[in-house]
Amino acid sequence: MSTWDRFVETFFNAKVMVKYLPDILSGMVVTIELAVLIVLSGLLAGLVLALLRALAIRPLNWLIIFVVDLFRSLPPLVIIVLIYFGLPAAGVSPSGFVSTWLSLAFVLMAFSEEIFWAGITSIPKGQWEASRSTGLSFGQTLINVVLPQALRLTIPPLTNRTIAITKGTALGTVVAVTEILGQASSAVSNSYNPSPLMMGAAAYLVLFLPVVVAARWVETKFAWKR
Amino acid sequence: MSKPIVEAREIHKHFGHLHVLKGVDLEVAERELVFVIGPSGSGKSTLLRCLNRLEEPSSGSVVVDGIDMLDPRTDINHARQRIGMVFQSFNLYPHMTALGNVTLALRKVAGKSRAEADALGLAALQRVGLADRAGHTPGQLSGGQQQRVAIARAIALEPRVMLFDEPTSALDPELVGSVLEVMRDLRQSGMTMIVVSHEMGFARNAADRVMFMDDGLIVEQGPPAAIFENPTQERTRAFIGQIQRH
Ligand SMILES: Nc1ncnc2c1ncn2[C@@H]1O[C@H](COP(=O)(O)OP(=O)(O)OP(=O)(O)O)[C@@H](O)[C@H]1O
Ligand SMILES: [Mg+2]
Repeated sequence: MSTWDRFVETFFNAKVMVKYLPDILSGMVVTIELAVLIVLSGLLAGLVLALLRALAIRPLNWLIIFVVDLFRSLPPLVIIVLIYFGLPAAGVSPSGFVSTWLSLAFVLMAFSEEIFWAGITSIPKGQWEASRSTGLSFGQTLINVVLPQALRLTIPPLTNRTIAITKGTALGTVVAVTEILGQASSAVSNSYNPSPLMMGAAAYLVLFLPVVVAARWVETKFAWKR
Repeated sequence: MSKPIVEAREIHKHFGHLHVLKGVDLEVAERELVFVIGPSGSGKSTLLRCLNRLEEPSSGSVVVDGIDMLDPRTDINHARQRIGMVFQSFNLYPHMTALGNVTLALRKVAGKSRAEADALGLAALQRVGLADRAGHTPGQLSGGQQQRVAIARAIALEPRVMLFDEPTSALDPELVGSVLEVMRDLRQSGMTMIVVSHEMGFARNAADRVMFMDDGLIVEQGPPAAIFENPTQERTRAFIGQIQRH
């Protein structure tokens, strides 16, 4: 057996791959479910926080900034572990899936709040004044004039941050979530062969590479021109 | 002189320690065009912005078209529809078309349907000579065209008073004329206007009254000829001499 054959036999073992393909595929489904939940709830919560912050209520803003800085400082894995192993002590026992979802959604909420907020504050004061001078209220101005411009500015940084955080779904394997990496590593221990890891890597590529390419396109498309 | 449509009394405005308006009285009659001149930092913009409460006066009273603008019970958003404002930097909404800019407040504040708003918006754009640019975004318009859209945005709401804060200062010289022409038309139609500007030629032949502001006070006012040819105050004379040398 040549070195090359041994290499292929070890890392791209056809028999092992065929056997564990269904597991990897079901892992992909879980990863997609997690990712969609994280993106939707994280971005929505981030936007709501940024809008609340625009109301400029001092104590509320301190609270928002505190929460945001907290979730931006803690490593996502630490948050996952805290929720999964810590909350049961408080009487709630979230599953590994829910723990991972909540943790990464909080992280995305925190980062996206900062991005949304930066977008809102970057809109010139004159836009507010023009709108208010025609009788639009604060809220109407925010929704109709400021936010559409701000969102456009935030799309590129938001896309990048969202991808980075969504990849963190792999951390769920630590709390027994059967997402791609989780399926791949249990397949490795059951088959005594690392081929499933290669499949896992391929699965991540299949999921994220198109998103990364799309993000590149979005970034050029939404480069701001006045 | 008919009953004043704008009545501001004893307006003071402080920004922290800075005393920017030091007791300004301003009365403007219906259909009158009042022209405001004065050195940079004298408080001209602040005065205009106090009239529609974009800036909150520290004290004093402002009544526009019978509405007490400083009364907390006044629906300020409703009142502001009656006071159009045009800014030096146009401040058009870059994400909307010219028509979108003009119809936003018609739909959201005046409660018009989209069809009604579009019709009124087009009529307003027609008045500033830009009906054929309704579908253009601000980025596709020249500065002069942008400012005319901004004027259309204000007049579409049928205001009782129009405030202009240096409407031509950001324009290339060759574009100034088109904006002044629109303002002249507006004046001819009987619009009450308060104009802060350095366009002395326009003041001479369109203004009923010229006010000279300095250091937060109205130093002197009168018909354009009197202020420009025979100012009584030394500060006015110095200022007029300075801008005429340019
Ligand atoms: N929001 C603000 N906060 C603090 N100071 C301000 C503010 N707005 C205006 N000022 C100050 O108030 C003074 C008057 O400003 P204002 O803009 O009314 O002057 P102006 O006569 O319009 O001048 P210009 O011809 O340069 O436009 C200036 O000293 C200015 O720095
Ligand atoms: Mg000014």
